[in-house]
Amino acid sequence: MALTGIAIFKMLPKTNCKECGFPTCLAFAMALASGKAELAACPYVSEEAKEKLSAASAPPIRPVKIDMKDAQITTGGETVFFRHEKTFFNPTILAGTLNSDLSDADIDAKLSAFMKMQFERVGFNLRPQMFVVKDVNGDAAKFAAVAKAIVDKSDAAIVLMSDKVEVLKAGAEAAKERKPVLYAATAANADAVGGLAKEMGLPVVAKADGYDALAELTTKLTGMGLQDIILDSGARTIKQVLQDNIAIRRAPLLAQFKPFGFPTINLPCEMTDDPMKEALYASICIAKYGGIVVLKDLDPTYIFPLLLQRLNIYTDPQRPMIVTPGIYPLNNPDENSIIAITTNFALTYFIVTGEIEGSKVPTWLLIKDTEGLSVMTAWAAGKFSGDDVGMFVKKCGIVDKAKTRSLIIPGYAAAISGDLEEELPDWKILIGPREAAHIPAFFKAQ
Amino acid sequence: MAFEIPKGKYSGAIKPVTVGASNALTLGGETAYPFYLFEGQMPNKPRIAMEVWDIDPAEEWPAPVLEPFKDVVKDPAAWAQKCVKEYGAEAICLILKSTDPNGDNAPADAAAATAKKVADAVDVPLIVYGTSAVDKDAEVLAAVAEACVGKKLVLGPVQDKNFKKIGAQALAYDHSVSANTPIDVNLAKQLNILLGNLGVPESKILIDPTTGGLGYGMEYCYSVMERIRMAALTQDDDKLMLPMINYVGQEVWKVKECRQTNDEAPELGDQAKRGIMMEAITAASLLVAGSDLLIMRHPESIKLAKSLIEELS
Ligand code: B12
Ligand code: SF4
Repeated sequence: MALTGIAIFKMLPKTNCKECGFPTCLAFAMALASGKAELAACPYVSEEAKEKLSAASAPPIRPVKIDMKDAQITTGGETVFFRHEKTFFNPTILAGTLNSDLSDADIDAKLSAFMKMQFERVGFNLRPQMFVVKDVNGDAAKFAAVAKAIVDKSDAAIVLMSDKVEVLKAGAEAAKERKPVLYAATAANADAVGGLAKEMGLPVVAKADGYDALAELTTKLTGMGLQDIILDSGARTIKQVLQDNIAIRRAPLLAQFKPFGFPTINLPCEMTDDPMKEALYASICIAKYGGIVVLKDLDPTYIFPLLLQRLNIYTDPQRPMIVTPGIYPLNNPDENSIIAITTNFALTYFIVTGEIEGSKVPTWLLIKDTEGLSVMTAWAAGKFSGDDVGMFVKKCGIVDKAKTRSLIIPGYAAAISGDLEEELPDWKILIGPREAAHIPAFFKAQ
Repeated sequence: MAFEIPKGKYSGAIKPVTVGASNALTLGGETAYPFYLFEGQMPNKPRIAMEVWDIDPAEEWPAPVLEPFKDVVKDPAAWAQKCVKEYGAEAICLILKSTDPNGDNAPADAAAATAKKVADAVDVPLIVYGTSAVDKDAEVLAAVAEACVGKKLVLGPVQDKNFKKIGAQALAYDHSVSANTPIDVNLAKQLNILLGNLGVPESKILIDPTTGGLGYGMEYCYSVMERIRMAALTQDDDKLMLPMINYVGQEVWKVKECRQTNDEAPELGDQAKRGIMMEAITAASLLVAGSDLLIMRHPESIKLAKSLIEELS
């Protein structure tokens, strides 16, 4: 809940001592209100004012930090409803499940599959990041052993899932160094589970059916001093999950409703036994505000498409994704293969390489740095001019790799061909098709 | 404390568009964001049209999506019938691939005859798409419009460079148009205005915002669709209060990860199921972004998308 400059001013010392770097306390207050200054810059604010102000300036949806082995991932902290309004900051965390009665061999296999399930794309490492340990028989020792195995043999973040406090406690002790999330505090056990979370400094899931019960529960947990809370509204149909995720996103952002100012956890794993449907439900959760999404199994067949979707939904719409400029050999080219050039906008790159790979024609594809702009945009912005492109072709090293001296340029960049011919006098410039879809026919004809 | 969901403020509604002669489908009519049924209506559920080509797609379609249609790919009418009878297709989208000037470059009248044959072979609405070659599409779709009078087709993609000819023919022979612009809210609006000026009524226009496949530009399409819906429902932009159509099958199945076989990419799991999921997840994403009509390819992806629509409604 943002405070006005005047409201903040009332809490300041009003001495105009200038130590904050502003000429007056009022100027400082105005800067604070618009997010242009930090409260810490004033050495004289009272403790009471500090508390009030930091509560007021806390993000409406709590960013909850969760530990992997060597990294911290964050869920929550979102500020908008639609990615184009700004961006979504913290990608949905994808989790798999390990039942506590699995054999050691099965656990090892699943953990090693998890460690391998990583895909490189446009400089991002796409992967699931979490396991849920699910208590299926109340055996605390076995439960703890599975949690410990995750700590020892993987870098996964951990959620401990049991309705028995002593089982959760055993797991939490065993996986202490990974700061596992406790699932779940309910109306029935809030004191015990909340107490355990408090004592060990762990995030905790609040689970209740229905909005009012959930709000009551989180109010109780925050009253106990807990801040790192994750919400499970109890919904297990996709229609209700969608509605609840929207309600929970709206409550803090539109109505300053603090009890719902936390990220969510969705459990497609409890919604169907069909892995295809499960993945499809997960995709709705990724698109619409799911903080953590739990699947039964982590199979790349389903996980890979979900990772792509997550990448798409969570890329910053204000900054184009880029690929590294350079020479890309496609379909095993040799010194007599054709040479083509395009921009380093990731979308352009994906579409063009997709078509070239589909054509099976061996090709040297040159990627010129255009700061992530598409062909026409780059041309319009002067980042794909004849001079520029010519210079790049000379310097990039392609002349050492190929004897070919003709260069295919994108059809939309036809206007640069004259300048390019001047810049590259011993090259033949070929104007390719405008649409990537026509690349295969054109390349095959070369 | 009784919690109430803070409600969205809507001032507009999507206008309904009815397509097809027999078993006509009405699209649109939403009064809230997609599937936000706690605060508005979605009187007409999104629909799925099954993709049919007028040439054998064996060279372009990866094996897993070719397989279900192997017995009919050489006969578009039989193919369309199979989609309806065996897979319960509620609409067919015929892609006139043969007319591609960079491919077979088949003449307009031959393509129109095929379209007529397919339209006669099924009793569900038919969408007829060209190949995005503006001049050729104008010629082909104009001929299709005439040949299929009475069928109330959807003709597309209609672009800013060929809307006059296709729009006039659609008007003359009582078809709808799919107005295609390259991922841009203002261009979408502009083309709808141009079509309106030509006399095409809003009850006969679908917005084709240009579709991107999963991992291949889906996010641009997703955001532009959300923005179109937002403009229509909350900013009184009446030129955008129209149903949206997405050509999903094409975009998804051409991407690398749908083509890579199990030998080529063992780390990506099973090719057939992965492809089905890539298509279904693209569809799911576009459904929550506002799609009213999805053109899809694999029967299994279609089944998944349909059950999702049912469950969300
Ligand atoms: C999104 C967009 C932007 C984004 C940038 C996104 C980005 N990362 O590039 C933003 C908002 C930043 C932008 C800015 C500008 N833009 Co702009 N933009 C667009 C838009 C809507 C889409 C571009 C796009 O993403 N295309 C998709 C990619 C994949 O296409 P592509 O790179 O061309 O690749 C295709 C083909 O070229 C081909 N291809 C690619 N490489 C190769 C290689 C070979 C060998 C072959 C054969 C084929 C081939 O295959 C691809 C798929 O078919 C276009 C309009 C449009 N719809 O085209 C305008 C457009 C390109 N922009 C334009 C302009 C003028 C600008 C600005 C100068 C000012 C402005 N009006 O906004 C600035 C310049 C930016 C700067 N930094 O100074 C004009 C260019 C007009 C012209 N021809 O000169 C356009 C056409 C809009 C218009 N009609 O006015 N823009
Ligand atoms: S440092 Fe504090 S007291 Fe001094 S002018 Fe700034 S706000 Fe006022």
